[in-house]
Amino acid sequence: MSDFLASIGYNGWILPALLILPAVGALAVWLQGVLSRGTSNDVADTTARRMTFAILVLEFVLSIGLWWSLDQKDTGWQAVVDLPWIDVWGARFTVGVDGISVMMVLLTTMLMPLAILGGWTSIRRKVNGYHTLMLVLTTGMLGVFVAKDLFLFYVMWEVMLVPMYFIIGIWGGDRRIYASIKFFIYTMLGSLLMLVAIIYLGLQAGIMEGKPNFSYDAIMAVSGLSPTAMFLLFGAFFLAFAVKVPMFPFHTWLPDAHVEAPTAGSVILAGILLKLGTYGFLRFAMPLFPGVAMHPTVRTTVLALAVIGVIYGSLVALVQPDFKKLVAYSSVAHLGMVMLGIFANTRESIQGALMVMISHGLSTGALFFLIGMIYERKHSRMFADYGGIAKVVPIWSTILTIVALSSIGLPGTNGFVSEFLVMLGSFKTVPYMTTVAAIGVILSAAYLLWALQRLIYNAFDKPSNRSLPDLNWREIGLLTPLLIGILWLGVYPKPVLQRMEASATKLVQLVEQRGANQLPALTSGGGGN
Amino acid sequence: MLLQTAAVASTGHSLQGSVAEWIWLVPVLPLIGFLINGWLSLRAVGHVGPADPSGEEHGHGHTDDAHHDAHDDGHQATRHPSASIVSVVGPTVLILAFLLAVAIFAALAAAQPDAPFVKQLFTWMVAGDFRVDAAFQVDQLSMVMVLVITGVGALIHVFSVGYMRDDPGYPRYFAYLNLFVFFMLVLVLGASYPVLFVGWEGVGLCSYLLIGFWFTDKVNADAGKKAFVVNRIGDFGFLIAMFLLFANLGTLDFSGVNAAAPALGAGSALVTVICLLLFLGCAGKSAQIPLYVWLPDAMAGPTPVSALIHAATMVTAGVYLVARSAALFSMAPAASLTVALVGGLTALFAATIGLKQWDIKKVLAYSTVSQLGYMFVGVGVGAYAAGIFHLVTHAFFKALLFLGSGSVIYAMHQAYHHTGSHEDAQDMRNMGGLKQFMPVTFVLMWIATLAIAGIPPFAGFFSKDEILGAVFARTHGSTLADAQWFGIPGSAVLYAVWVFGLAAALLTAIYMTRMMLYTFHGPNRSGEREREHLHEAPWIMTGPLVALGVLSAVGGWLNLPAFFPAGPIQALHHWLEPVSGDAALQVTHGAEAHMTATTEYTLVGIAVAIAVAGIAIAFARLKPAALVPKAEAPEAEGFERVLEHKYYVDEIYDRIVVRPIESGSRGILWRGLDAGIIDGLFVNGSAYLARGFGWLGARLQTGRTGTYAWVLVIGVIAVLSAFSLR
Repeated sequence: MSDFLASIGYNGWILPALLILPAVGALAVWLQGVLSRGTSNDVADTTARRMTFAILVLEFVLSIGLWWSLDQKDTGWQAVVDLPWIDVWGARFTVGVDGISVMMVLLTTMLMPLAILGGWTSIRRKVNGYHTLMLVLTTGMLGVFVAKDLFLFYVMWEVMLVPMYFIIGIWGGDRRIYASIKFFIYTMLGSLLMLVAIIYLGLQAGIMEGKPNFSYDAIMAVSGLSPTAMFLLFGAFFLAFAVKVPMFPFHTWLPDAHVEAPTAGSVILAGILLKLGTYGFLRFAMPLFPGVAMHPTVRTTVLALAVIGVIYGSLVALVQPDFKKLVAYSSVAHLGMVMLGIFANTRESIQGALMVMISHGLSTGALFFLIGMIYERKHSRMFADYGGIAKVVPIWSTILTIVALSSIGLPGTNGFVSEFLVMLGSFKTVPYMTTVAAIGVILSAAYLLWALQRLIYNAFDKPSNRSLPDLNWREIGLLTPLLIGILWLGVYPKPVLQRMEASATKLVQLVEQRGANQLPALTSGGGGN
Repeated sequence: MLLQTAAVASTGHSLQGSVAEWIWLVPVLPLIGFLINGWLSLRAVGHVGPADPSGEEHGHGHTDDAHHDAHDDGHQATRHPSASIVSVVGPTVLILAFLLAVAIFAALAAAQPDAPFVKQLFTWMVAGDFRVDAAFQVDQLSMVMVLVITGVGALIHVFSVGYMRDDPGYPRYFAYLNLFVFFMLVLVLGASYPVLFVGWEGVGLCSYLLIGFWFTDKVNADAGKKAFVVNRIGDFGFLIAMFLLFANLGTLDFSGVNAAAPALGAGSALVTVICLLLFLGCAGKSAQIPLYVWLPDAMAGPTPVSALIHAATMVTAGVYLVARSAALFSMAPAASLTVALVGGLTALFAATIGLKQWDIKKVLAYSTVSQLGYMFVGVGVGAYAAGIFHLVTHAFFKALLFLGSGSVIYAMHQAYHHTGSHEDAQDMRNMGGLKQFMPVTFVLMWIATLAIAGIPPFAGFFSKDEILGAVFARTHGSTLADAQWFGIPGSAVLYAVWVFGLAAALLTAIYMTRMMLYTFHGPNRSGEREREHLHEAPWIMTGPLVALGVLSAVGGWLNLPAFFPAGPIQALHHWLEPVSGDAALQVTHGAEAHMTATTEYTLVGIAVAIAVAGIAIAFARLKPAALVPKAEAPEAEGFERVLEHKYYVDEIYDRIVVRPIESGSRGILWRGLDAGIIDGLFVNGSAYLARGFGWLGARLQTGRTGTYAWVLVIGVIAVLSAFSLR
């Protein structure tokens, strides 16, 4: 396979192609909408759905090659493409992947077509606009994962924010305006500070050339920053990413955004957007300022917030009357686990964190799909409106059970492998924090099993639920890839882990070495934090 | 011998190339059964009775649903369309697995290897320094467990065909049951802690699913959830123990851990903590104080499930884990004493509750908790073989007791079903005098009762005696006796455990005899019309009972005591020596624990006397003739009431753990912190603040040029003065 890929020069064009295809597709879908004004709505809408689905399936097929083309031993950037872009600002269109980002790219390209299927019948208004935005969103998210130039990274970061704002604001639930504005302002607040930090770093990196340089390598090479500058820069990145993750206490946008977003919006939010935050930590905040990140006070604070996130998210999830909100809070808990793994900084914990990022995408994505499916039938997400429905929708119930168990972290599913590795690795460096986080294992079982009980078990006593139809083939079909992923990563995660290993190892060493260099100045010179 | 690494064990092992290479197929067979039955269950879902939320359809044809009386009298049980295929597939995979296990056992017995044979399948997880294979381990301990699981399991599967055939969820039932056996086999065959943990959690899942099998009854769904969550509390300990092992030893394979264990330092705080955390896991899975509360509730599941999962196999996994970790526990006397003490206390405590239960399955549930306590006493005092011995015999007689009670409940339910009565089919006050209607069950259950009570020559006598003797023998000249337990000398703790064990033995004899008396003796209290319909269960159910009856009667011959004149003396003990022999010797300072013949005979004499006394007391004091049916029974008073309410432990847990967490999470964390402070004060607060500024700004946009001019002037002055002041 890799020979074939090499023969077609796959690495030379794949990343730009992955970014351009959805962008062009977005244009096409939008034009199709404009052109088909006057024709029957249904026909135009169906065409829009099919076009988008086809584009995103093609996108997925194209991206699969990365699985084989990635050199597992190589710790550096691969499939790099470097093109001139905005020369005066020193911004270049530089993209590349490594073992960390390639999995995120594949997760994105896999989830996107499923997200389109998930909204197949529930999105009925402004169908072309919706699908146009979904395609723009795809470009934005992939751009963030592959950008090797910080200016490009920032642009992509914002590109992905805007479509999500509209997806929530237009196709969302009753309180969609509040939720979308909250989402927007929360995220903007962090990202504007990050923009300042990126510009500052770009100027510093290009100080010799007389113009800014935003390339990742150049910015990594910046030296001689004052301790205060490092603390402030880290703080800016931290805020942007912590909001996105979201870490406690920056998480309150998430439940609102999730509850109000349409199904596909929730799936993408949980499955991919949140990972952009943790990815940011792995790619930028940690490698650039490991001295700050590993500074005892900072590290303890972040770890404490992560662990609080695990426990707090679980406890609040426990008492939610709304299933979607419960899953939203459970995301806070899962992502807290990721942060624990990242800041524990061992090879096992970083790989575990990456695994949680993937498996949370699969499991929580699937949960939001399942919620969307039952909501479409019943128009309620409240536990109180269900009970005993395993009798009428056994397939839905069976899949829900499997997915919930994977979220609980049952061995044999992705959830176990990922959280086990995080905790196993984190225990080596931060045993007490890890022990507290492990309580989350108990709580996740409590809130999800209670949720299951109130939905599918207990007395079947709501007469209106009698006529709930079970899943159709489209729905089963879109859930199947997720189920396969859940079991595959639980039973045989080795291929995925191996592809991450080199990059994770490099990151851990980098943070240790760079951190050791930065840290003395930070601890002795005091900080502005 | 144990100190060999996996690499050594797998290359050039005497079992290489033998039938043991096929060990993977033993768990895979029930997995295949699960897939077939699961598919049948989902495929034919549309055929299952009417989905009527307002009606009485409860998804179960008969049996244990008697506590809720919303039963449709005219309702005919809907037999599942795939029932006949399921009846073949479900038990057959188990029988095949059992036959294969016997073959592997024979190969093992012929080879008698000192090191385990490890069958590597594939690499499961690999990250950083951590690596764990999906690998199965064939050794003397795992194969004993495999035989019990597949053997007793096969009998219970056959029994289930009769018991559950008319249930609409029949394929689902067998799917879960097969899946359970798969995970249970993974648990005992896994060659590392993580693989064991896969089975450990997997059996918990199946237990959850089967307890809540009749899920439309909230009580059942609650019980399943409780079981899972309480087990998770224990799993928390298990997980931390694994993290500690990995952080200190760098491996989680059994062979690796056993080899490196001495590095932890015998008697060190570290190894003690690891063992205590492991034991927390055991306390969850094997229902010991303080985590035993889920097991009695687990009786909400179908009775064969109670026999298989909640008596014979899954709940003994904790005992297995301690025996499997013998190398660690033998280095941690304080932790071992804790295990023994908790086991002894649980044995006694649960036995007292068993005295006042009326539900026949609840009696057996508390009896199981109590007997599990004995097993922990055994493995706690370093008599690992004795603990496993009691595990095996208990699997025989407790499975028999549960299946027997299943036959009784089946008969009672059929009778009530015929007459349309809504009485409780599991309450012993509604039974009585069943021996004339069910003579086979009657005899078999008496065998099991004598076995559990410890009457020679039945199985339980030998295993219980072995444990109590081991405790007594270790009160002197063992690491346990020399150790301190919270400042108390270890020997004092051991004496206390021994007394608890004897007291529990007395109570066991009493409550079991009470159960027999109230169920089978005296007058019948089930009602005039019902009486005509009481009869023995069909042979597909009674057959397995007979097999278990034979095993309960002669199971003790597996491991005859040392003072016995003839027969296979201490066979199981010697059989397990390659696995836990070294560890057991370490506890006793390298010498076999020996007592003089006089002491041995005295101990046996005391044990038998106590058992006989218990039975006699029960016969003398309890008058089945004086009982009235449940509906007419008065409330118990005083201490009896406390016992009947199980010391109110559930209520206490609810009050001090469950409800504070729930209300705290809702009131303080969610409404208070999340919605109140973070969102209300900071997020929306800053929004109001911004809006306020905006309002102020809007006021300034008056449109009057004069105002603008003044503002401009003031601004210029302000800026200029700011610069000049620098």
